[in-house]
Amino acid sequence: MENLNLFIRSIFVDNMIFAYFLGMCSFIAVSKNVKTAFGLGIAVTFMLTVTLPVNYLLNTYVLSPGALTWLGPEYADVDLSFLSLIVFIAVIASMTQLVEMVVEKYAPALYASLGIFLPLIAVNCAILGGSLFMQQRGFANTGTAVFAGLGWGIGWLLAITAVAAIRERIAQYSNIPAPLRGVGITFIITALMGVAFMSFLGIKI
Amino acid sequence: MSNKEVFFNPFSKSNPVIVQILGICSALAVTVKLEPALVMGLSVIAVLAFSNVIISLIRNTIPTNIRIIVQLVIVAGLVVIVSQLLQAYAYNVNKQLSVFIGLIITNCILMGRLEAFAMANRPWPSFLDGVGNGIGYAIILIIVAFFRELLGSGTLLGYQVVPQCFYEAGYVNNGLMILPPMALIVVACIIWVHRSINKDLQEK
Repeated sequence: MENLNLFIRSIFVDNMIFAYFLGMCSFIAVSKNVKTAFGLGIAVTFMLTVTLPVNYLLNTYVLSPGALTWLGPEYADVDLSFLSLIVFIAVIASMTQLVEMVVEKYAPALYASLGIFLPLIAVNCAILGGSLFMQQRGFANTGTAVFAGLGWGIGWLLAITAVAAIRERIAQYSNIPAPLRGVGITFIITALMGVAFMSFLGIKI
Repeated sequence: MSNKEVFFNPFSKSNPVIVQILGICSALAVTVKLEPALVMGLSVIAVLAFSNVIISLIRNTIPTNIRIIVQLVIVAGLVVIVSQLLQAYAYNVNKQLSVFIGLIITNCILMGRLEAFAMANRPWPSFLDGVGNGIGYAIILIIVAFFRELLGSGTLLGYQVVPQCFYEAGYVNNGLMILPPMALIVVACIIWVHRSINKDLQEK
């Protein structure tokens, strides 16, 4: 029940795009058509769901103060938390490499359409952000980390697909002032959707 | 490109945030108040300048296959230094910035500049490029934070700017400016103004 609540909250209330603006760079650049946006969304969801529990385990058993006690009582006051950024980003970078190889092998069409943005998932703020929020909020166990990661990923997927759909229509049917075309109007759409997503604040299941 | 262009272009013509669309994530989240925005801007300038120099110095020895990991590790090292310094000397601001100092690592400006400039240029121009882009980023951050703090809280850097008699006459702070989505609207307005002046940047 606790996890389900967290899962729903991660999708709607703590939405990575609309509440924290994480992963905006690829969000703006790839949201031109729905198909590519959906592919990237799936990749991000997968990355979050995998890296969050891995980083959670590393954080609990290696990095946080006193985490190395399982090696013996003399390690009880070792604090490696200053290394967490480097460890997290290394995990994320290597997982990205793995996902890139898998996608290239089994979905070459998607690979071609994602182009440069597949390796750039490594520097998608949403993924490192997820791990840092996990560390900051002190999640209770691995299950929590999995559900939060899945929730944040689906939230990101939902956001990018919705905005991509709106952008596709807008490009065809609307007469936007020239200076706002492309990037400018995307910012405004995202902001309005962010306001809409605020209605989910305080949701409890 | 001359060194002067390398340094000054990112201020407006190739501004990292509103033209290259890099580093928006952190640009928006830290701009509720002016003070964290200033600290964030300075941190990014420092990290960007030094990582550009380091990558530029070792650019000929990095194997292309693993360059992303090498770049990330160097940036991560520099960010760890900045974050430890902030925890030591500016603890309150560090609290407000929360995870966003760590997120400098994944700030697209860094990867973008390292890939596009430092990998192909000598250390001195790379340093100028880093500082220039850092300042371009900081300018946008400061403009956004200025409007959000002024209209949202009536203060600047924590000092009351809107006089008390305004409030007595019925003026109310715009609570909407404090909410995250308004940062996007302010940036969109900046883009609007900027592209009305620089017509060649407009999209078809």
